[in-house]
Amino acid sequence: MAGVEFYSTKLQDALNWARKFSLFQYPFVTACCGMEFMAVEAPKYDIARFGAEFPRFSPRQADLLIIVGTITERQGPILKRVWEQMCEPKWVMAFGVCASTGGFYQNYSAMPGADQVVPVDVYIPGCPPRPEQVLDGLMLLQDKIQKREGWAQRRQQRERGVTLAAKGKLPVIG
Amino acid sequence: MSAAILERLKAQFGDAIRSTHAEHGDETAVIDPARLVEICTFLRDDAETKMTMLVDLFGVDTLGLDARESGRFEVVYHLRSMSTGRRLRLKALLDEGDNGEPPAIDSVTPLWKGANWFEREAYDMYGVRFRGHPDLRRILLYEEFVGHPLRKDYPKEKRQPLVRRDYT
Repeated sequence: MAGVEFYSTKLQDALNWARKFSLFQYPFVTACCGMEFMAVEAPKYDIARFGAEFPRFSPRQADLLIIVGTITERQGPILKRVWEQMCEPKWVMAFGVCASTGGFYQNYSAMPGADQVVPVDVYIPGCPPRPEQVLDGLMLLQDKIQKREGWAQRRQQRERGVTLAAKGKLPVIG
Repeated sequence: MSAAILERLKAQFGDAIRSTHAEHGDETAVIDPARLVEICTFLRDDAETKMTMLVDLFGVDTLGLDARESGRFEVVYHLRSMSTGRRLRLKALLDEGDNGEPPAIDSVTPLWKGANWFEREAYDMYGVRFRGHPDLRRILLYEEFVGHPLRKDYPKEKRQPLVRRDYT
């Protein structure tokens, strides 16, 4: 059955290749990083070169959640609900230090990092990050998607009882 | 010019004006909290002062700030006259009750509608109760929050999360 395994793995690679160059993003923009996010979107830095330019303002149509800015404790349930509404496979990018760790906010209201609530695949530091950093982060995410290392992809593999190392079984498309 | 307001207040209310000062031309009167509404009504309606606008209202917690025996909490009112452009600051000093009752003062929402959300914020952050406020709820924080975070004795590191990770 070696042939079947070969074909499904290649199919998976092709699918992930398609996925990584057609990320539909959901921008969860809460703070000043949004200005830098706009620069990334705009023609000068042009995230469209990486196929991730298309913001969908419904989580159901998006597969990349970009958390841009500080998340407060009060926003936590909202962020979680947005993430839950996204269809799998899905990825999450923390844009800036506030979304990554809470940044310089250390108080009663700011959440110390969006990963307190949702699983983050790529952290982009900076206050705000340079657009080049964001593009670099996006390319890291693309690598992750291709290697099936995104959090959602891993969970999918785990839940179906199939790991990439488990030879002799058909890998799951995802 | 506007120092006359302080003189006028003192003449009108006597003991209720506990002290006055004018730092860099900003006239301030520290008043008796019990007579707040009376003083504010006068300032708003008097033909000379006409303080028709409440610019700001906020709380202050002076715990550890100076060696005060009483008056840990301040509620500060910034007033402005739309016709003369003069400004005035009122301060009311409050304390918690002997049995731990929260600091309380009369609401000025009946005088200036704009006071409504300011007072809710001062309640949210400092726990000052405004008697007669139409809807004294938290305005910035969530209902589940316990305590008042801008009080100086609120622990800096304390978190009250609404939701935390349940993913694996």
